[in-house]
Amino acid sequence: MRLTGFLFLLAGWLIVLAAVALLAPALPRAVFVLAGLGVEVLGLIFVVRSHLAVRGERE
Amino acid sequence: MTPSTGPTLSDSALAICIFSALLVPFALAGLSLINAGLGRSRSAAHSMLSSLCVLAVAAIVYFACGFAWQGFSARPAHLLTVAGREWNWIAAQPFFFRSLELDGSPASLSAWLQMLSVGLAALIPLGSGADRWRLSASCLSTALLAGCTYPLFAHWVWGGGWLAQLGVNYGLGHGFVDAGGSSSIHALGGLTALAVVWILGPRRGKYTMDGMPTAIPGHNAVFVLFGCLLTLIGWLGLNCAGAILFTGAESGRVVLIAVNTTLAAASAALTAAAITRLRFGKPDASLTANGWVSGLVASSAACAFVNPAAAVLIGLMAGVVVTFTIEWLESWLAVDDPAGAISVHAVAGCWGVLALGLFARLPGPALKTVNNYGRWSGGTDTGQWMAQLVGIATLLGFVLPLTYSLNWLLNRFYTQRVAVEGDRQGMDLYELGTSAYPDFATHSDEFIQR
Repeated sequence: MRLTGFLFLLAGWLIVLAAVALLAPALPRAVFVLAGLGVEVLGLIFVVRSHLAVRGERE
Repeated sequence: MTPSTGPTLSDSALAICIFSALLVPFALAGLSLINAGLGRSRSAAHSMLSSLCVLAVAAIVYFACGFAWQGFSARPAHLLTVAGREWNWIAAQPFFFRSLELDGSPASLSAWLQMLSVGLAALIPLGSGADRWRLSASCLSTALLAGCTYPLFAHWVWGGGWLAQLGVNYGLGHGFVDAGGSSSIHALGGLTALAVVWILGPRRGKYTMDGMPTAIPGHNAVFVLFGCLLTLIGWLGLNCAGAILFTGAESGRVVLIAVNTTLAAASAALTAAAITRLRFGKPDASLTANGWVSGLVASSAACAFVNPAAAVLIGLMAGVVVTFTIEWLESWLAVDDPAGAISVHAVAGCWGVLALGLFARLPGPALKTVNNYGRWSGGTDTGQWMAQLVGIATLLGFVLPLTYSLNWLLNRFYTQRVAVEGDRQGMDLYELGTSAYPDFATHSDEFIQR
């Protein structure tokens, strides 16, 4: 789950970069940048949950 | 590669920059004291020694290879061409400052300031890893930060990299702007702290068997609060020098920068004190101190470009956010961060970056004059918003995975957490063989496993 989370973080960033590089109109660019940030938040949630799970196993 | 014609500074701006950079070590001293004060008494000497060693490693590694990869605006860099636009992604300078004349030029001033700034970024994870992070491991981790993570991101923001060029290349306002280092110093340091805390795990006895956090209060509130006063002096220097060097702010703006920095810290500290007074019946010294530093952190990005009322608002929000995220991280996410550094630096740093997009009125001509920085695209402030969001996305989507991977790899080859015995004895006795307070009796309950 941790690896998935970090891959999501990276994927979100790449979506943001692609939006900036490939989309010229302001609205679609803004939507895709926000979508990329959303994917990053999802990745962050995965990473956090993976660390909570590891701590639970240790206990 | 880009040609090497650099920006110039007026005599007054040069004098202010030099004076401001001389103040920055106060921020290092303040942060070191805060880290030591918020840790346990049995790790106090270890904490201060770690700070000194980490600063030394950061300066030497930055000299050896950090500046080579960070560079400075309009100096040689490697470029990628994407969809017909150039993306400046890493500097192409020789190692060991070999191409740098240390003569008071903006590039040389930048190298000096960055040598101190990278030390400041490296001190941030020390507070989070307190009481369990081995001295040698913290030095190795700092070498990775000063030699890889920091120069790369700082080049993108301050070295004429692709984030700074978002305005010119894609019409996003002035590109990503961060005058004093909310992102490149503090958010980066805070995210490294998060990675380190995840890898180290919580202190022994921090959580009960059913996952409830127990309070392990800092051992010296006087250190912490005096550290806060020192950080104000350091931050004034950092914000003034950064704004002049990296955003081309004219020297007359120094007064505005100083006023905004002070107001943001003041409002954040008062907010934190008021919130803790309302919630717990009495103001909490450590959370108020965290509020103060979070105000400083949040003020850094926009200090030269907002009016004082906006600075108060930025500080106020920082105080609110930090007070609640510290508790949230500890109670809900099981992140044991003794100094609250993740909230204070990563969260408040990101808020500072975002606040610039919300409140700043960036003067096009002013950013254009010193520069050869070539930031101003004639774009609108609406695009500035987007540029700031791209910066935050880069911190989360690139810097966090990179710093986590580097520290994870380091941990595979060299265990970063101290042995169980060190956890129980305290870092002073276990790693240094002595105590910070040899005349004081040690409380027996510090040795009891919770």
